Parts: sequence; structure tokens; C-alpha cells
Amino acid sequence: MDHDALNRLQWRCTRRALLELDLILGKFLVEEFPGLSEAEQQVFAVLADMEDHDLWPLVNGTEECKDAQQARVVAMLRKSEVRRPL
Amino acid sequence: MSIPVRKFDAVIVGAGGAGLRAAIQLSEAGLKTAVLSKVFPTRSHTVAAQGGVSASLGNSEQDHWHWHMYDTVKGSDWLGDQDAIEFMCKKAPEVVVELEHFGMPFDRTDEGKIYQRPFGGHMSNFGEKPVRRACAAADRTGHAMLHALYQRNVRANTQFFVEWMALDLIRDEDGQVLGVIALEMETGEVVAFHAKATIFATGGAGRIFYSSTNAFINTGDGLGMAARAGIPLEDMEFWQFHPTGVAGAGVLITEGVRGEGGILRNSSGERFMERYAPNAKDLASRDVVSRAMVTEINEGRGCGPNKDFVLLDITHLDPATIMKRLPGIREISIQFAGIDPIKAPIPVVPTCHYQMGGIPTNYKGQVIADASGAPVTGFYAAGECACASVHGANRLGTNSLLDLLVFGKSSGDTVIEDMASMPKEHKPLPTNFADRTLARLSRLENQTNGASVNDTRLAMQRTMQNHCGVFRFQDKLEEGVQKILEIEKQVAITEIKDKSKVWNTARVEALELDNLIEVAKATMVCANARKESRGAHVRDDAPDTAEFPNGRNDKEWHKHTLWQRDGNKLSYKPVNMTPLSVETIALKTRSY
Repeated sequence: MDHDALNRLQWRCTRRALLELDLILGKFLVEEFPGLSEAEQQVFAVLADMEDHDLWPLVNGTEECKDAQQARVVAMLRKSEVRRPL
Repeated sequence: MSIPVRKFDAVIVGAGGAGLRAAIQLSEAGLKTAVLSKVFPTRSHTVAAQGGVSASLGNSEQDHWHWHMYDTVKGSDWLGDQDAIEFMCKKAPEVVVELEHFGMPFDRTDEGKIYQRPFGGHMSNFGEKPVRRACAAADRTGHAMLHALYQRNVRANTQFFVEWMALDLIRDEDGQVLGVIALEMETGEVVAFHAKATIFATGGAGRIFYSSTNAFINTGDGLGMAARAGIPLEDMEFWQFHPTGVAGAGVLITEGVRGEGGILRNSSGERFMERYAPNAKDLASRDVVSRAMVTEINEGRGCGPNKDFVLLDITHLDPATIMKRLPGIREISIQFAGIDPIKAPIPVVPTCHYQMGGIPTNYKGQVIADASGAPVTGFYAAGECACASVHGANRLGTNSLLDLLVFGKSSGDTVIEDMASMPKEHKPLPTNFADRTLARLSRLENQTNGASVNDTRLAMQRTMQNHCGVFRFQDKLEEGVQKILEIEKQVAITEIKDKSKVWNTARVEALELDNLIEVAKATMVCANARKESRGAHVRDDAPDTAEFPNGRNDKEWHKHTLWQRDGNKLSYKPVNMTPLSVETIALKTRSY
């Protein structure tokens, strides 16, 4: 992913409607995203374009992800822990 | 240097509930309307509102707008303006029914009416007993509202400028507002939006605090722009805190957790709420619980290596109950605190939630810059960025979504009314209108040996949290004023490494910090000055006494604060105690 596309993705990951997704997507983008395959990166970009109320239940585990490819990336998102020291 | 200019009848900054509601009025009246937003409209923070929108529809039991008005005045601790509160509560049924007609999927009763549920502080018959007044769409009220409003705007041909950030107001030497200067993120281009009317609906600035439930987008852009343009900010000392945000992350743990039996404990495992509220205990009102938590932390009974949080314990509950009644809470705790709440308690702190103050307006949405009451020509504001003031010192739940609808609509109506008497042609822009903005951008572009944006923002957030949190102390506030003024000097020399034009998020974050610091200064200075406790502003040196119940001192402090950026000057204006059609709701002690 080129510089501009990555910057755009960063904006869309960290200016969400819900704080929960700002925290999870923002951290994932920095720590996990560079290590994903190109196909997985595309899937992540699709997830990041979803509405917060559609994406959050998947990440929070209150709804199941039906798309197999997306489910793999969602599982990675679910594993990510976001802790900020006080 | 000149920049491209685009002309519109009206420009609205912000596409959350208030901005979208205002845009409907303008576009449906045939005005050429531009709406600028940092994100796609349905990504606005209004989406996070779950509880509902209040209106005295009386669908489930008898209700009246006058009772709603009484509750709102009382909730505001008598700091709300009674003309604006009457206007809002009277208009509530109308705007909610309109929203229904726009396609809002409200929950229904068996008879097909809008279902209403009770909500804290909403009572019947002037405080007698709880009333069902909140209209909701499951737990997605804000989300559903934004979708309904956005679709209506698409139908009305509102022109959206998505992923644009407004940078500054354009004001001429007469003080008239002539539009905004904005940055398109995709290209890095800076453009003037020349308009006869400018409505700010930019939301709150909860990100000034370290622990905040607000999404990252809430950087107080409208407040920063207004302050730089010489408009005062009103009642900025009043911020509502939620008792249980996950320590550090700020993510909200719903009150339902305590409702299901969750217990707050200090470092020795004591259920400390038994000492502060022997009857309600952990279910006491938000402000009581928050103050108790801060007292425990301040007196050395906090938990963790820095003793700076308390624990919310649900380990005694049956895991099956937790999974069934509190879906998602276990995951939130694991993801944001690294704690499985079935096995160990969740670290929590009182967390900033809502901004009661803002850009001073009247109930028509016109911005009022001084005590004379005269509006700033061409400038309007609505929603959390504005201070009408309907929330006064403390907001009632579900009145925030109502505020967006009522004042979004009324600001739109006022623009239409005011425009009828304006000349057909746009008033010319001053020749130097973009100079200050371009100088600010150029400074950022060329800064060397400057301060890191992230470090400076973090220093500001920690200072606000430690010196101006939910429970305030004279010495901490005084020290906080000095600290925040030092941090302001760092904001003035922020440096970015990435100088690219396209999607330069580092530049945008630096520009957001320029806005946050204005709100932080206003908050700290106003809080330091107000030597009483009222609503959400609670000071250790203004305790509950016989002379001043709840620490409130009406004789000296029943007035609105106005903060001016220039010299951090403060002035005060009276609270409007004259409703539009009913009798004044006289001052009395607020107790529930």
C-alpha cells in the first residue's frame, strides 16, 4: 500500500464514530497491518470502511462474522489488546 | 497569497445530528448549502448516543413539556437559560415526530406508537415520580438518527464536502462572519467557503482530557475557530463525567453493570460506596459515585502501581449471567484493560463524557458574543459545540439528542429568516482574509526543533485530568492554569516530519491540537475562577453547608462565565430566568 493510501486508511481508522474502534483499529494498523499479506490488507481496508455499528459487534464478539476471509482478520482484531497506562 | 473561493448561501461545519438537521432546513428552503465534515456524515460521534431522545409525547403515560422543562432547569442546577429550555422542551414532540416522518425506526408500543422508557432525572408533575419520556431505536438511537437525517439531506440535494477540515472563520472588520477557510485532506488544498451564513455544528471537545469516552474526532474544532476569531466561550468549566470508564482507555462500562450487581472496591477490597451512599450504594447518581471514587484515589486508597484507579468487581456474579445480561462487557474488559472480569475486577476511573459549555448562542441559534445580546451577523451554532444554554451546569440524559434536533432546526430557520433581509449579493471578503490561516499553516510547515504533537497533546490531556477532573481543588487548579499556559507555548511550536500534501494526517492532528488547547485553557481558567460547586463543577473548597447547600452560592455565582482567548479574560452574564410563556422556575436546592 502506498504512502497516500496508507495515510488515508490511518485517518479512517482513527476518526471513527466510536472510541472503541479508534483504539482497536488505530493500534492494529501500526502493529499488525504491516505484517499482513496483501490480500489480508485489502480485507482489513474493507472492514475499516464498514459502519461502526456493523463492525463493532463483530470485533466485540456479540455477532458472528459470516464472510470467511473477513472472519480471519476480525479474529486478529479481537485478539488485539489496547491498554493505555494512566 | 490568494486561495480559491467557493460561494454558497450557507456553509455548515460538522455533519453530526445538529449539522444534518440544520442542513435539511436550508436545503429544503432552496438555499445552496455546503456541509463540511472531517468524516463521512454517518461516522460522526452522534452515532455513539444510545439512550434515546426525550420528548413529552405522553405515549405511555401522562406527560407535559412544562414538566420536562422543570426537570431540565433542575438538572442544569438552575444555570440553564429558561427561555431556551422552554423552547427546547416545547418543540421536542414536534422534532421527534418529524424525525419519525424522515424514516427514523423508533421502537414501538403494541398500538404502534413510539415506545418511551424512563431515564434518570425525567419526572412527571414537577419532580414527583419517574416518567417514560425517552424515545429510542434499540441501543442505536444516534446511529439510526444520523441515517434518517443523512438520507433526507441526500433527497434535498445538500452538497457534502467529506473529509474536509475547517481551519478558521472568516470575519471582516465589522465583525460579520463571511464563511470559513477549509482544508481538503485528499489534496491538501486550502479553499475559502464564502457564505452569507455559517453554522457551526462541530460537536464537543472531550479529547482535552486523558480519560474520555469521546471518540478521537471530538477535538473542539468549532470552539478553537470561534476563540481565534474573538468569539468568547461560555461556561467551559462544566463537563459531565461518567463514573466507570476503563482506566486508561476511557471506554465506557455501562451503568447496567452496577445494575446487575457490580461493586466498586478500593485497594483494600472495601466496598467504599457503603460509606458515601448507605442506601443506594453503588447505584447512587453519577456525580455522587464519581466524587466518591476520586476521594478514594486522592486519599491513597486507589489501586495499581500508581494508586490511580478503583475496581469494578463482578467476579461474584454467575458467568452465565454476565454473558447473558451484559453482552460485550467481558470482551471490552479483556480488550481495553487486559482483565477477564469473570476472574478479576475491572480497573475504572471517572471519565469525561459531555461538554455543557460552548459557543454562546440564543435559542434561535444566533451566536451572541457579549452581554448586550446582539447577534454576530452571519454566525450560528448548534449542538454540543454551542451553549444555548439548555444544559447549564449538568445535562440530563437524552437531552443531548434533543438539543441537536431542536437547535439544528431552529438555527436553520433563523438563517432563512435573517437571509430575507440580507442583500442578494455576498458581502465582499476582506483582501487579507486568509493571511492568518496561511501564516499558521506556513509556521507548521517550516517549524524546526519544535515540539512533538503527540507528546504535547498527552501533556495537555494529563494536565486536564489531574488538575481539572471530576472533583476540583483550589491548589491543583491554580497550578493547572500555569501548566496549561506552559503547554500552550509548546502547541505554538509543534513540528511535523511529514510534509506531503495528500492525506497528511500529521498536519491535521497538529491543527486539531491548535483547537484543543483553546478549549483546555478556557476550561482550566473558568474552573479556577468559579469559587462554588454547581452541577458538574464540584470543588473541595465549596462543600455542602447550611448556608450553601451542595456548595452552590447563588448570590455570587448564579451567572454564566464568558472566556475570551485574548488575555484569558473572564466576564459574566446573567442567567435568563424569564421563560417565553410560563412563570420562572425559581431557584431552589437541587436534590433527588
